[in-house]
Amino acid sequence: MTYRLGVDVGGTFTDLLLFNQDNGEFWRHKTPSTPHDSSEGILNGVTAVCEKGGIAPSDVEFFLHGTTVATNAVLEGKGARVGLITTDGYRQVMQIARSFVPGGLAGWIVWPKPEPLAALEDTFEIKGRMNARGEETVAIDEAQIRTALEALKASGVEALTVALINAYLNGAHEQRVAELAAEIMPEVPISLSHLVLPEMQEYERTLTTVANAAVRPVVGKYVRNLRDRLRGAGMAGSLSLLRSDGGLMSSEKSEEHPVSLLMSGPAGGVTGAIWVGRNAGIRNILTLDVGGTSTDVALIEDLEARRQRTTEVGHLSVRASALDVKTVGAGGGSIAYVPELTKALRVGPQSAGAVPGPVAYGKGGTLPTVTDANVVLGYLPENLLGGTFKLDREGAKKSVQTIADALGIGLMEAARGIIDIVNENMFGALRMISVQQGYDPRDFAVMGFGGAGPLHVNAVARLMGSWPAVSPVSPGVLCALGDATTRMRTETARSFSQRVADTSEADVLALLEEMAQQTRAELAAEGIAEADITSQFELDVRYEGQAFEVPLSIDPDTLRADGLKGVTARFDAEHLRLFTFNMDSAHELVNLRAVAMGPALELPSPPLEQGDGDPIRAKLRDHELWSGSAMEPAVIYDRAKLRAGDVIPGPAVVTEMDSTTLIEADCVGTVDHAGNILINLA
Amino acid sequence: MPARIIQANEAPFQTVPVDPVTLDIIENALRNARIEMDATLVRTAMSPGIREQGDAFPLIADHQGRMIVGQFGSYIGPFLEGFDGTVEDGDLIFLSDPYSVGGAISHSNDWLVLLPVFKGGRLIAYTSMFGHQSDIGGMVPGSMPIHATEIFQEGVRIPPVKIWKRGEYNEDLIKLVMHQSRTPDWCKADLNALIASCRVAAHRVVEMVERFGDDMFVSATDMLLERNHRAMKHLIETSIGEEKVTFEDYICDDGMGYGPYRIKCTMWRENGRVVLDFAGTDPQSKASINMLLNENMMRMFFGIYMIMIFDPQILFNDGYYDLIDVRIPEGSLLKPKFPAALSGRTHVLGRLFDILGGLLGQKTPEFLNAAGFSSSPHLFYAGHDKAGKWFQLFQIGFGGIPGRPLGDGPDGHSLFPGFTNVPNEFLERYFPLEIVRYETVADSGGAGLHRGGNGINMVYRFLEPGVIAIHDDRWFVPPWGVNGGLPGKRARKILTKADGSKIVVGNKLEDYPVEAGDELQFITWGGGGWGDPLDRDPALLAKELKQGLVTAEGARDYGVVLVDGAVDDGATEALRAKLRDERGDVGVFNFGPDIETLRANCLAETGLPAPTAPQWDAASNGVLAQAAE
Repeated sequence: MTYRLGVDVGGTFTDLLLFNQDNGEFWRHKTPSTPHDSSEGILNGVTAVCEKGGIAPSDVEFFLHGTTVATNAVLEGKGARVGLITTDGYRQVMQIARSFVPGGLAGWIVWPKPEPLAALEDTFEIKGRMNARGEETVAIDEAQIRTALEALKASGVEALTVALINAYLNGAHEQRVAELAAEIMPEVPISLSHLVLPEMQEYERTLTTVANAAVRPVVGKYVRNLRDRLRGAGMAGSLSLLRSDGGLMSSEKSEEHPVSLLMSGPAGGVTGAIWVGRNAGIRNILTLDVGGTSTDVALIEDLEARRQRTTEVGHLSVRASALDVKTVGAGGGSIAYVPELTKALRVGPQSAGAVPGPVAYGKGGTLPTVTDANVVLGYLPENLLGGTFKLDREGAKKSVQTIADALGIGLMEAARGIIDIVNENMFGALRMISVQQGYDPRDFAVMGFGGAGPLHVNAVARLMGSWPAVSPVSPGVLCALGDATTRMRTETARSFSQRVADTSEADVLALLEEMAQQTRAELAAEGIAEADITSQFELDVRYEGQAFEVPLSIDPDTLRADGLKGVTARFDAEHLRLFTFNMDSAHELVNLRAVAMGPALELPSPPLEQGDGDPIRAKLRDHELWSGSAMEPAVIYDRAKLRAGDVIPGPAVVTEMDSTTLIEADCVGTVDHAGNILINLA
Repeated sequence: MPARIIQANEAPFQTVPVDPVTLDIIENALRNARIEMDATLVRTAMSPGIREQGDAFPLIADHQGRMIVGQFGSYIGPFLEGFDGTVEDGDLIFLSDPYSVGGAISHSNDWLVLLPVFKGGRLIAYTSMFGHQSDIGGMVPGSMPIHATEIFQEGVRIPPVKIWKRGEYNEDLIKLVMHQSRTPDWCKADLNALIASCRVAAHRVVEMVERFGDDMFVSATDMLLERNHRAMKHLIETSIGEEKVTFEDYICDDGMGYGPYRIKCTMWRENGRVVLDFAGTDPQSKASINMLLNENMMRMFFGIYMIMIFDPQILFNDGYYDLIDVRIPEGSLLKPKFPAALSGRTHVLGRLFDILGGLLGQKTPEFLNAAGFSSSPHLFYAGHDKAGKWFQLFQIGFGGIPGRPLGDGPDGHSLFPGFTNVPNEFLERYFPLEIVRYETVADSGGAGLHRGGNGINMVYRFLEPGVIAIHDDRWFVPPWGVNGGLPGKRARKILTKADGSKIVVGNKLEDYPVEAGDELQFITWGGGGWGDPLDRDPALLAKELKQGLVTAEGARDYGVVLVDGAVDDGATEALRAKLRDERGDVGVFNFGPDIETLRANCLAETGLPAPTAPQWDAASNGVLAQAAE
């Protein structure tokens, strides 16, 4: 028996999912997170979930982990103190950034400019210059470099970054600085821009390298501590972390390249959705991951999630591959309010968070939230499963009444309005990743997960025209499921910036092959058999002069067969789909990437016992909820007692340990062979 | 003769009730459609001006042409008034002549496309966007000759014409227009991008109308305009007094040796409306610094400054325009007579924001910001490279953001919305130049409790001979400080030749030859300071000294004495006491020296001769000049 253990550490709970790779059987467990040292909560969970599965930790072969440790280090400014070496004349590259001020006309009046990730006082310039062809025009001065490094050492920086102009074309100067730094400050980890991101654009390359350096000590400490604790508990298997792009990398690699972990958290949900989709036979999916303060959405086409070349964390836009996940400030804790001046109903982005939380949670919250509106409307029953936790419906009503009064409408209308607006915000985010990218949402299903996703997924599917609305099995631990079921991945990128017409196909292929070998060697070093490694090429193409590249993914055989002509033809088709027109301009090959992936796992989901179609055995009690014009009778079901083939007529509420699914009045939910609830129009 | 709207279905829209939630949903959807317009444009445009710097502005208007979302207010009303033609299903209108739309676009470089959106045979909305073209022909590369005296010298002028007429594409028209440009490829791509953006938004509008119904959509847009009207009415009543307040500021020069030019505005409330009266503004210039100011645009600017503070989530629209009375004297710098040249209007445009800030903040200093708008400083560099290929760079620069109630002004950032710098590695890769330095200028931000942002020193080394042009301002009249803050430092431009000799060149310069190896220091202005610099934490000065943002000498403006990088507490206390004593009471504004003093010291301080006071041609402008006094 081979066991995989997926672990996702969230702000409140640590989710674990133990997976038997041979028969698809799994066990899940939720345990409180331990923010002072996450490994504590993880270890508690490991012990518990292994017990459930009847195995010892030493039986776990793969430990797979999605973490927000890098993300939080950036968001909370708890990264390492980074020293930065720049080219003479560019000391303020992080201070000036791209000169962009958000917020439209007059936005500068109210914009608090964030502090640079590497402090200006820890930034030093050195002589030496490469030109735009990668040729040295000014030599470096080693004595000056030593002086700068000594000064940085004296100042106490914890990490070092070297980011020189045009280093993406020639990293020799950066390399030399690194050699001197290794002598002068051997204990300080070094990040070089031409290695972290060999791409044009000095600000983005510098920022990405600095971000990498800033999170390195934090991530390194975290990973080493976790590894030690797991080993201490007898776990001998491999430890891998989930990258922002949905692939896995070894814990050792992640210590060097933590900038690839910045979206590790949300990526888990998307990879989990892919696993669910594969087993449910649904290949095109829009994901809707609704948390307390925000909602993450992503698009999966033919069981592949869309990727992008930037990772957005807080105000930072870092150049590292990530799944194309869009986040909107709309979640269960989003606060509804009515501004005096406009009398408009607004929901979010302010959130009641976990503390004080929604009014209904009775932890001191007084402002009406989305959760409160769901409680008022009956979508979220006040007695959650097990009866350990009773929601304060009266308190929720009182808070939503303030909105009703401000708008001059009824309580139920106000509550429904709050839900409509928040659904609309989610709808807007889903449109951005679908319609606005040229996809027809009617070709997709919507999958809702996270604590509140299954509550909203039916309504959002209706807005999108995307059916079915899917409430996956174990929606509350889908991220951990995703961690457990994805594959190893690594990539390398180069700036190329040449017209296709002036490019030798043989040269491009040779370069790509070289890059492929490099990435394959990385995976081989992780112990993956050569035969199990798949390579993929990605070429970024644009019309010469454009700022926006279209990334085209292509397998080596197709590239060899169709050549660059095939690539430009695909670009034209993609451009037409995205922007409705093509041009006569020359094609430019901007960046090349090689991706290597470990073996894809055929991990089946365990079948759910077949029922007779009637969910009556799972019925908990009668209930009523707001249909839009009146309270209507509805039924509450216990998800654990549903069987495959059960057909649940709306309106209905399905509850389980950590999530609640709402089936609307004119819809019907069907339980599939794996236990997913597929909601369609009746 | 106003435009004739041809509709297959003439049935008027019915007003229907719209519940507040639906209204918010429609508002939000329109906002998203506008964001999508920007995204489409940036991805498909090619000129660095649009794709990297975002110099383009979208708009969605209702079926009467009133802006529902956008930034610069609707020009569709004035356009329809003046357009002697039809508006039909399948049309796409194209124009660039400022005089044909009452200045809603303000120089011929801005190409505007307007797409009437029809559904079921009825005109239901308009989508529109304009964007700055890199070159439209005319007497200089970049088509913004500062020394032009007539608009005819500023490149191709496009009156309202149809690229698509009832669905039929007019290829000849596009050929004719593109033939006028030095950079036809960029112009073609950028025009395509503008059109694609309008089409995307039109799709979204039609989807919205299909979802909510024609009458519901139209009623909702009416209500959004009405909501805006209500909000603004309330704001005006509570924050604008009946007593007149006046503010004036200057454009340094006209690039022909004359200046400064005064812009003056007086504001008061009268019968529930705000009057913005520009009487006292100088007459129009013979050069191209004139700005044909559209009244609606001015209303929009005013509204944005007002509403921003109170409900930033509100969607700006045209709903409140009848609450604001904008009066601009004919023949003035702000309403020049045809065929006055207009291409260099960016300086006036920027200055209007400083004036607006100065007007609104006078009675409420807590909302007052210092000055910082120079303009969008431009650099042009063009020529043939060794391979004989034409290159042409148009780049927008940035300066210091003013000190603000919120805090320090950011260093080297953009005051205009959506603008970003062009990566220097991109410039070096695609143009024959090197960017030798790219840094902010220590001490250039005005001292204050919240200091002004520093200006930028960008040093270009030209690798090929060619010509350059520069458009910048705030080199003669400094950006003022407020509430005790000092003015920011002024802009300057210095050319270093291969032999090491230095030439101070003008901040408005045309067709200036450069040689390979020449280095240009393009130095922009610093923002004015906010609040008393003598109250700034001395430790901050020590930190900023280390950061290279101020010098030890500059710290003395804050009354802070730094010795070997550390604060000398005793000396600081003494210096602060002395400075407090010497200066006496501080006023709300600190404009620096008066114009005559600036003139007297100009050569010594800036390296450039002082501009000569402009002379008005008595025959055409005498009356106005008198009225201005």
